[in-house]
Amino acid sequence: MKSLAELQAIKDKMKDKVVLREGSAQKRVVVGMATCGIAAGARPVLNAFVEGVNKEGLSGEVAVTQTGCIGICQYEPVVEIFEPGKDKVTYVKMTAEKADRVIKEHLKGGKVVTEYTIAAFAK
Amino acid sequence: MKELSLNILDIAENSVKAKAPLTQILLDETETVLTISIVDNGCGMTEDVVKRVTDPFYTTRTTRKVGLGIPFFKMEAEMTGGSFSIESKSESEFPNDHGTMIKATFHKDHIDFIPLGDVISTITTLIQGHPDSDFLFRHVFPGGEASLDTRELRNELGGVSLAEYEVIKWIDEYLKEQYTSN
Ligand SMILES: Nc1ncnc2c1ncn2[C@@H]1O[C@H](COP(=O)(O)OP(=O)(O)OP(=O)(O)O)[C@@H](O)[C@H]1O
Repeated sequence: MKSLAELQAIKDKMKDKVVLREGSAQKRVVVGMATCGIAAGARPVLNAFVEGVNKEGLSGEVAVTQTGCIGICQYEPVVEIFEPGKDKVTYVKMTAEKADRVIKEHLKGGKVVTEYTIAAFAK
Repeated sequence: MKELSLNILDIAENSVKAKAPLTQILLDETETVLTISIVDNGCGMTEDVVKRVTDPFYTTRTTRKVGLGIPFFKMEAEMTGGSFSIESKSESEFPNDHGTMIKATFHKDHIDFIPLGDVISTITTLIQGHPDSDFLFRHVFPGGEASLDTRELRNELGGVSLAEYEVIKWIDEYLKEQYTSN
């Protein structure tokens, strides 16, 4: 059985990490979670980013967050990626599978997955 | 929506947006009936807003003129022969006792009943996105119940954010265990 006491162990483990984290430049993954996004499948996309970022060992440099309506409902699920010193990248019609590729190629490899961006869809 | 758990996520997001310190997600399920209540102590709505909130052409948001979350949820409940109700007290009129309660009842054996789906994922998503808000979840179902109170977790965690991967993972497993052990 899991018990609340296990959270103590997590807390102790996190203490060291928090220190490590403070200085590092943060990339931000923002997933739109308004009605339109949720209906279009934003929840599994969010979960794929949360899982994938951790699996690829990126949790120190990438923060996965949520926002309301981004205003382009026809393209939901929408994911925006912010990196210090770079233009924002907007990925549209996202899925969990596409999220995996974005994590590996963009967040890890530094190369934007152009075919998933809004620019590719709006053509 | 494909799952009622997605409606729950959507409705609870409104509670968070209304700056509710605590949002309660209460599921009461028998063999034939599922009742979903979402209760918050956020800023609430005036009577005028409550009246219009079930109308798809009403929203206070400026980016798009149509708020669909609440009308969807109401329609999905009524499609099963169930019911929907909303009560709210606005902060301006009730400074010490404000908030919103949305309650929907579904008949599970009706052909138009949408399955509850992955409610655990809805809870972890809410907590991941809003680690500074509190959530109380309780699902009573035939033969058992599952529950989680982020206020209790917060006590154990000290200053560690509820959005940390390890914490979210723990919550996921903690809830899964409660469903399988019942
Ligand atoms: N729990 C709540 N507390 C306070 N106000 C609320 C609450 N729930 C809904 N509202 C108000 O009712 C409006 C309509 O909500 P609804 O979920 O239908 O649409 P929305 O959130 O505006 O847009 P979207 O369809 O993108 O979710 C909200 O914008 C908000 O002003």
